[in-house]
Amino acid sequence: MAVKPIQGEKRVFMTGNEVVAWAALAAEVDIMYGYPITPQNEVMHYWTRLAPKYDRKFLQTEDEISAGFTTCGGVLSGKRAFTATAGPGNTLMQEAMTMAEMMRIPLVQVVQQRGGPSTATVIYSQQEVTMTCYGGNGEGLRIVYSTGSHQELFDYTIKAFNIAWKYRFPAFVLGDGYQAKMRESLNIYDPAEKGIEIVKTYPFVGLEGTPGVDREPNHLRNTYNTEEELNLVVNELVAEYEKMAPEIVEYQNFNTDDADIVIIAHGIVTRAAQAAVKTLREQGIKAGHFRPVTLRPFPEEQIRAVVKKAKKLIVAESAQGQLRKLVTDAIYGESVPLENYYKPGQGITAEELVEYVKGL
Amino acid sequence: MSIIPNMPKPWRKETKPHKFCPGCGHGLVLKALGEAIDELNIQDKIVFGCDIGCSLLSWDFFNVDTVQTHHGRTTPVMTGVKRARPDRICIAYMGDGGGYAIGSQHLVNAATRNEKITVILANNCNYGMTGGQMAPTTLPGMKTETSPYGRDIEETGYPTQGPEMVAAITQERAYVARGTVANVRQLKNYIKRALQTQMDNSGFSFVEALSGCPTNWSTNAKDTWAFIEETMPQYFKVGELKTPVPKEGISK
Amino acid sequence: MIKTVKIALAGEGGQGVQSVAGIMVEAAYEEGKEALYIPNFGVEQRGGVSVAYCQISDEKIGSPKFVYADLVVALSDRAVLRTKQYVNKDTVFIYDTFIEGIEDDLPTNAKRVLGIPALEIAKKELHPRVFNVIIMGVAIAATDFIEMSAIKTALEKKLGYKFEQDPSLRDLNFKALARGVELVKDLL
Repeated sequence: MAVKPIQGEKRVFMTGNEVVAWAALAAEVDIMYGYPITPQNEVMHYWTRLAPKYDRKFLQTEDEISAGFTTCGGVLSGKRAFTATAGPGNTLMQEAMTMAEMMRIPLVQVVQQRGGPSTATVIYSQQEVTMTCYGGNGEGLRIVYSTGSHQELFDYTIKAFNIAWKYRFPAFVLGDGYQAKMRESLNIYDPAEKGIEIVKTYPFVGLEGTPGVDREPNHLRNTYNTEEELNLVVNELVAEYEKMAPEIVEYQNFNTDDADIVIIAHGIVTRAAQAAVKTLREQGIKAGHFRPVTLRPFPEEQIRAVVKKAKKLIVAESAQGQLRKLVTDAIYGESVPLENYYKPGQGITAEELVEYVKGL
Repeated sequence: MSIIPNMPKPWRKETKPHKFCPGCGHGLVLKALGEAIDELNIQDKIVFGCDIGCSLLSWDFFNVDTVQTHHGRTTPVMTGVKRARPDRICIAYMGDGGGYAIGSQHLVNAATRNEKITVILANNCNYGMTGGQMAPTTLPGMKTETSPYGRDIEETGYPTQGPEMVAAITQERAYVARGTVANVRQLKNYIKRALQTQMDNSGFSFVEALSGCPTNWSTNAKDTWAFIEETMPQYFKVGELKTPVPKEGISK
Repeated sequence: MIKTVKIALAGEGGQGVQSVAGIMVEAAYEEGKEALYIPNFGVEQRGGVSVAYCQISDEKIGSPKFVYADLVVALSDRAVLRTKQYVNKDTVFIYDTFIEGIEDDLPTNAKRVLGIPALEIAKKELHPRVFNVIIMGVAIAATDFIEMSAIKTALEKKLGYKFEQDPSLRDLNFKALARGVELVKDLL
């Protein structure tokens, strides 16, 4: 590779969409496919400005269906490829994501969640959790990182490409409109500086040699004829996914060891939860916070360990129970009471969480 | 004495006999494609994408790398491959439903953007694999499972004129033609010119092939051929609509 | 003690509140502080009220939006109505006295409610174009958290190319900044 887009490490102050573009450059992405939708647009704006300088490519497609499928094509050809979207665009992209699941296409999709259902707002929400984890007709065989800061947006975008190519499952970086549009400081770096090796890519079609002469042809399928045949295929996919899960699952605990009340939150809401726990502790309330970083696979064992010790759980999210579904699925059988702090489509602050906990 | 049929080089014997219905046109379209690949000597460069529908059954037909995609999505998948790997020759193979209905936005936009891919579309006037429903190409008055009293043009419009539409929206250096399984040699030459257009990095290339579906048409061999040779061309004119490649370069 | 300042700047599209916010957080960042700026970017940003949410702190900043602001600056009647929700007993609420018919809509629960004639001063003493720079001076003086030198550096970074072409613009901008500071100092 020619000139590295980022030399060493440096402190910067920028929007999250710009962060994603820089991270993709640093991760040696070859090509982005995209379609305009707010609040994701500036990922493309920055990418189209930066990419040609480093011999990377871009294609603006006719819609998100096409953006998803062209990304599949790019990856199948052996290139590191990604797309970015939000809301209704994410809905359209789910079709291609099921193909990526079935055919083990290691693409990366960045999601900057906006309000839903329908066109809703272009601003912010956490309402694309269910869709990003389980969208389409499938089993949710994806990797979903829910980020909460620009630093994480950078770190996990790079990681998403590496994990996708290492394990061959599609990977998602689940951000939101706040993270997309806000500006804050972070360190961007050349991954090599941190000892991060960029995983090599390879083609699935268009290999060297003449098929049938020098080698067998690669015939990639996603269609099967019998129930039994499909069942075997899916069982195999699931087994590989489950084998991978403990190796990649990520989470964070904040003061959960002796916590009576545990706030469960992901993504940007973790910032409010962390601050709320600090305030509550100062006021003598034994609060803690559990944060899943990977929503797929979900840190089931880890949350169960926390829950066993707690007297009360609160799921706080900018959605109507999408995180809660993941939580209750993971802790089935535990009897600890579970409260909800839902604000679909709206941000959550530390102050309101403190108020809420004290009012319980 | 037995006559060994002359088959294209990429023909994959392990997967023959093929799975198309008796009398189906796909086998002839694919044979023409195989011969075109042979004559251009590009077997090692092909990436072949197939749509969902009967065209899917072509997925293991040849000794070339192939991808099954989703219904209507073969054009974007091949676009994605080509954009990332311009040294490959990408073929999107589909039916009329995949190209003109569910994937029409992809066809229109790939053509408009002058994507350097080749789309080959088999037109058999109906949805074959799902059991013979009305397609964008179903002829006026033609009976299908979802137009049991015949296609009513007042309600559902006229058959899609695919190549005419693509010719209208593509740039000068694109290639657009409509061939027929009733003239495989001509069809092969059209496909060959389409592939040459891609190899020359000239522009988008598109070939519609008039094809038969006796299973869903409920026709015998004679009526099937009569339909392909006489009825279909009344609506779908066979010929080249746009040619960037100098004709003298290719034998007729 | 750790200090965090929360600021909501609101005005009509074209009044330049987003530019003001951008320069302020840039200055804070360059000074080594943590800064977070989130523009409101709803569909209404075309022809609606434009709100900039800024937080500047000595430490990492929590959630990007806040319930109550330390400082609210509202530059139109609609901006006053829109930003009242961010006011509590610790909030300094500043509005432009040029806005008509909002006397009854001003918050009554704020720590201070200050009317400033920024638009009038811009028009009469300086230039309408530097109205938002006066507002920046006002915001800096009211929060007393960012060094003036840092703001000047950030302004220079953002408008330097224009200053090169016409050095009098630099004076005009710095004058506007100082005038904004004065306006608040007189009132506090």
